[in-house]
Amino acid sequence: MPLADPYLLPIAALLTAVGLTEIYRLGPSNAFRQGLWIVIGVAAFAGTLLWLRRDYRALERYKYVFGVTALVLLFLPRAPVIGESVNGARLWIHLGHFQFQPGELGKIALIVFLAAYLREKREVLAQGRLKDWGPLLVIWGGAMLLLFVTDDLGSALLYYGIFLAMLYVATARISFVAGALGLFLVGSFGIAEATPHVRERVLNWISPWSAHKIFCPISGQMDFRQNCQSYQEVQSLYSIAHGGFGGTGLGRGVFTSTSGHQVIPDLNTDFIYSALAQELGLIGVAALLLVYMAFVLRGFRIALSASDGFSKLLAAGLSFSFAFQTFVIVGGITRVIPLTGITLPFVSYGGSSVIANFILVAGLMLLSNRANRERAAT
Amino acid sequence: MNKQLLRLSTVSLVLLAVLIGATTYWQTWAGADLANRRDNSIEQVAQLSIDRGQIVAGGEIFAKSRARHEHGLTIFSRRYPQKGVAAQVVGYSTDAGTRTGLEQSLNDYLTGANTNLGGAIQQTLDRLGGQTVHGDKVYLTLRPAAQRLALKDLAGRCGAVVALNPKTGAVYVMASSPTYDPNLVNEPNGYAKILDITGSCGSKSALQNNAIAGLYTPGSDFKLVTLSAALDSGKYKPTSTFYDPGYCTEYGKPVYNSSSPDSPNLHETFGNVTLSQGLQYSINSVFCNVGKAIGAGLILDYAKRYGFYSLPPLDLPPSESQASGLYRYAKRCRCYQLWWPKNPATQVDPGRLAFGQAQMQVTPLQMALVAATIANKGVEPKPYLVQKIVAPNGSVVSTTKPQMLGRVIKTQTAIEINQMMQLVVQGGTGTAAQIPGVAVAGKTGTAETNVPNYYNAWFVSFAPAANPQVVVAVVVEKQLNGFGGSVSAPIAKDILQKLLHK
Repeated sequence: MPLADPYLLPIAALLTAVGLTEIYRLGPSNAFRQGLWIVIGVAAFAGTLLWLRRDYRALERYKYVFGVTALVLLFLPRAPVIGESVNGARLWIHLGHFQFQPGELGKIALIVFLAAYLREKREVLAQGRLKDWGPLLVIWGGAMLLLFVTDDLGSALLYYGIFLAMLYVATARISFVAGALGLFLVGSFGIAEATPHVRERVLNWISPWSAHKIFCPISGQMDFRQNCQSYQEVQSLYSIAHGGFGGTGLGRGVFTSTSGHQVIPDLNTDFIYSALAQELGLIGVAALLLVYMAFVLRGFRIALSASDGFSKLLAAGLSFSFAFQTFVIVGGITRVIPLTGITLPFVSYGGSSVIANFILVAGLMLLSNRANRERAAT
Repeated sequence: MNKQLLRLSTVSLVLLAVLIGATTYWQTWAGADLANRRDNSIEQVAQLSIDRGQIVAGGEIFAKSRARHEHGLTIFSRRYPQKGVAAQVVGYSTDAGTRTGLEQSLNDYLTGANTNLGGAIQQTLDRLGGQTVHGDKVYLTLRPAAQRLALKDLAGRCGAVVALNPKTGAVYVMASSPTYDPNLVNEPNGYAKILDITGSCGSKSALQNNAIAGLYTPGSDFKLVTLSAALDSGKYKPTSTFYDPGYCTEYGKPVYNSSSPDSPNLHETFGNVTLSQGLQYSINSVFCNVGKAIGAGLILDYAKRYGFYSLPPLDLPPSESQASGLYRYAKRCRCYQLWWPKNPATQVDPGRLAFGQAQMQVTPLQMALVAATIANKGVEPKPYLVQKIVAPNGSVVSTTKPQMLGRVIKTQTAIEINQMMQLVVQGGTGTAAQIPGVAVAGKTGTAETNVPNYYNAWFVSFAPAANPQVVVAVVVEKQLNGFGGSVSAPIAKDILQKLLHK
């Protein structure tokens, strides 16, 4: 890959290092496992590069394979025996000693499918003929339904966002985006009414602190919302606030109470941003977010310089998914949007996330290599 | 497609920029609010890992931190070596983060959050180096020896003693009885033990600072306020004459003088007297007639000028003090509420108000401030408890400069009342406060309570009268036949002697 973008891999390495350092600080045993996952992730990265070194555009021919793969991967946690429920959401599978979150890999399969499909159909889609919408709506509807059943809101939001962004890039029709956004609001309102899990998330977002005691289903007693339903969100905000401008310094943050238990659950996965915000402070996490911005900018640069529609859509989908996933989890933690648990790319603890993100970097590098080679040839 | 791609990349960057904005909001603007929330367990642990600064007075340590190691954390808890000596003033700070008194109002200094530039740099270096953060040390104006003497004299009876410097407002004594040992708050069931402490008056209020939150009927002590209005308005002179038949007629009915300590069932009668003698012997009928002549409105106006109807400015949490003034039962809250009458001429009994009965309720600190104003030639000092705050590196964070709240009465009026108060101690109701070689000015107060023959005994005083250095206000609650001159004047004398080294 002599002509691949020279910034992507160093940025990925930097983010991985920051994540690994914080994971080590929060629990050294997890850092060792994360190290193993990083090795596997790098292997997946190398494997992807080798596999697709001649022409990744061959993937375009297998678009429906990717579409089905995305659905199967999403459906796995619902499967008997290997499926497992964590924190009210079924998004894990169990393979021997290892837990795996297949939705992370499903995301990449979905982007490949959407890029190929939209490249082929973009002219007719822009005209708005109903029958051309069929396969697309089936894939999307299936994904939404599955997410609704698995209660994995974060991924639902992420997939929907990716779908909308790629649809817009392919068709240039703002009205599609507006209509789909409207549909999403109506749909999410309906989901919020129908599922208590989602309704609680929305209530925790609107008013995390309750003035009066309400029924707490966890303890079965009356308690304030901040001590029960929104406990995690509120303590995470306290953690961020405690960091202040300069942070407490790495290793000096407060994450355990006086009785010795960890204050914020899932600190090294979904909530690693609140740990970083406390220890590195505003300076540290603002710098971290700027690094994410740099990665996203490089990604879109590749999309702009690519010569064919499939490459453009693929690069845009991968870059946007990276930015949007960061927005969904950090926005949830900082109360910009309701909190939905997904991982912070490269930084959070978790094998599936690490592998998926390294494959994403491999994809962008393949794309940039080809774009630069073509530009050099002309 | 490039136009769409540029737009989408802009949207992506905006989304990430919003995250920086949101994080900035929580880490800067909202930070202080979140830190003060009771359910903030992170801030709670963080506060416990700070070596809170000491609170000291007169070379004695009133509050200090002691380190212990728990679950890999170094946690500091508070110890109060002087136990109950200034419990309500110093307050307490529990491991759970509940705070009262100066521990609450000075928390930002004691935890080093509020410090000078040198202190802030030192703290940042401490944090970076993994060192414990040390808070600022607070020096109080209290004089421990006099404070102890006040508690010894109160001897478990409900009441309070306040002593301050009339020229600066520095508070030397703020004793509240019954008191409690603040070390109990971190012990199992300790808080319940404190709530069970019962004073002689029967109420369980050891936590309350009676000096600033205890509301008492002032009785004759309030005559100082009436006198201020009467002399300052020019309507009366110390030499104005009255005839005392033993009572004063109000609304067609007699209001009798109080009985003398020697013969409790007989109302005193004095005949022809001056206003000055009226104060000296605390003749109710004289002040009743003054009140009727000048009206309740003017008396209340002067009370307000002395600082009644607002919380006295002090370094303690405002929630722990009460405003003096008229109190009226309110049906809405089923409690007594501060009441400023719209039309005092018809709503308030001027005769009874003039000698401090009616619905007037005052705190000992407010009465001390009235006396301090008179001692300070009509200018009221701003009371303060904190002398200075010093950062761990020895640099001074802040020093309290004495401030004046403003002129309340004319200089001439203050001088006249000062002289009249000297007569009270020389040969009136307050002779028990005499100190050999020192001219003491004082005023007794014996206020009726809801139990017959039980009185709240008051004494406010200052000395030396010609150049006042110390003001003392004493109240002892619900004493059987307890008169201000016999119960409280000796306590005031003890405190004056201690503080004047006589």
